[in-house]
Amino acid sequence: MSNIHVNTTVNGDEIGFLCDPRETLLDCLRDKLSLTGAKEGCGTGDCGACSVKLSGRLVCSCLVLGAEAEGQEIETIEGMSRDENLHPLQEKFIEYAALQCGICTPGILVATKALLEKNPDPTETEVRYWLAGNLCRCTGYDKIIRAILDTAADMREAS
Amino acid sequence: MQYYAPKSFSEAIEISMEAKGITRFLAGGTDVLVQLRADILTPEVLIDIKKIPEVGDILQNSDGSWRIGAAVPGAQLNEHKDLKAQWPGVVEAMDLIGSTQVQGRATLVGNLCNGSPAADSVPALIAAGASVTIISPNGSRDVSVEDIPHSPGKTTLEKGELISAVNLPKRNTNGGDAYLRLIPRTEMDIAVVGCGINLSVKEGLVSDARVSLGAVTAKVILVKEAADAIIGTSLDDKALTALSLAASAACKPINDKRGTIEYRTHVAGVLAKRAAQIAYKRARS
Ligand SMILES: Cc1cc2nc3c(=O)[nH]c(=O)nc-3n(C[C@H](O)[C@H](O)[C@H](O)COP(=O)(O)OP(=O)(O)OC[C@H]3O[C@@H](n4cnc5c(N)ncnc54)[C@H](O)[C@@H]3O)c2cc1C
Ligand code: FES
Ligand code: FES
Repeated sequence: MSNIHVNTTVNGDEIGFLCDPRETLLDCLRDKLSLTGAKEGCGTGDCGACSVKLSGRLVCSCLVLGAEAEGQEIETIEGMSRDENLHPLQEKFIEYAALQCGICTPGILVATKALLEKNPDPTETEVRYWLAGNLCRCTGYDKIIRAILDTAADMREAS
Repeated sequence: MQYYAPKSFSEAIEISMEAKGITRFLAGGTDVLVQLRADILTPEVLIDIKKIPEVGDILQNSDGSWRIGAAVPGAQLNEHKDLKAQWPGVVEAMDLIGSTQVQGRATLVGNLCNGSPAADSVPALIAAGASVTIISPNGSRDVSVEDIPHSPGKTTLEKGELISAVNLPKRNTNGGDAYLRLIPRTEMDIAVVGCGINLSVKEGLVSDARVSLGAVTAKVILVKEAADAIIGTSLDDKALTALSLAASAACKPINDKRGTIEYRTHVAGVLAKRAAQIAYKRARS
């Protein structure tokens, strides 16, 4: 079958692209829209490196077809900072050195931002369960969790 | 592969009737896409049901029963306070499926139609006495959930048939349900055994019950003998032992790296006991 034309919104911008029906949203973001922040770790929904928000829900973009993005709103890691200003989570990840190779980081940041929007005051257990589908081969998770809890505390104070 | 996103059930059925080759409906895609990516199964025709009106709705009917659209993801079930309060076992079973990201997509109907004997939400639905509404070229009908699974990866749905919604009965005030599964770690794994129980209590005695087991036979099953073992009892030790023996007796499990035949058979009895105690407590609160 010929390619499908998809109209969608990515980080607030209306965008159109052509895709093969078998291509995933992750393929489309990376190869057609040059948004390479979302990573492919596994391609089967296990690692979370490809996490994005799709019309308000956190999803693995490797388990969504590009064609399914029609008419939806997508938020990726590229939309997280505002101009030159990093999101508080991004700043805190740097401060805590909550990353090493960085492959898991975009997915973890997108997933955590979604958590804090839903629950600004999560317990450590809640953070760990929320991130059960975000695998990190490098850090051992501890710095990630501490960076998140500290950001959440700062954001609560600021609001 | 051809991709369609019809705007009505009748259009979806028309496309599937005319389709040549392997045809699949697409709900959350957490099974379909994994199979596609792993080259296990690439459908020739893929019919996305998510653009059909009402598939994303959770509705309580005027008689107190529930209608859950075929494309409602687990996260949405979990956010629905009333549904969760009335059918905690069903909602918790669905919530066990995958990660937060998987919960954003995965549906009850997809879990049922994927046909896995270890599907987590299916024992809870069967215990609850849930049905599904099947739409076919000849109209629509409601079928009990236990009549849908056929064998691993297969359902009793015919070509051109699809499920529009899951129906849960009205929750009576003296009823409660629970689902427990055993996995070798705390998150993100496939059930070694799953057990769903729904029961009602009158004056301290179990007045009716349904017990369902997953991952211990070629499909999820309703175990009448296990329910009979506790009906009329106050769930005392004797009743719990009888329940556990009946649950274990219904098992014909596989032997694999997750669990031996003996282990699965034993665990089925243990989970049945524990799930019954939770359901009993919920029924009385
Ligand atoms: C990382 C990961 C972890 C997982 N963990 C678990 C787990 O712990 N427990 C578990 O049980 N499962 C698990 N799964 C499997 C999967 O998420 C569930 O089975 C899920 O409920 C499938 O729902 P879906 O909406 O995504 O289905 P889809 O992939 O959209 O569809 C599944 C099947 O149902 C059919 N179908 C879909 N909609 C309809 C319809 N309306 N009418 C007829 N047929 C239809 C499809 O054609 C397909 O055959 C996991 C998957 C992943 C990727
Ligand atoms: S690449 Fe999507 S979950 Fe691993
Ligand atoms: S920093 Fe390398 S995988 Fe997490």
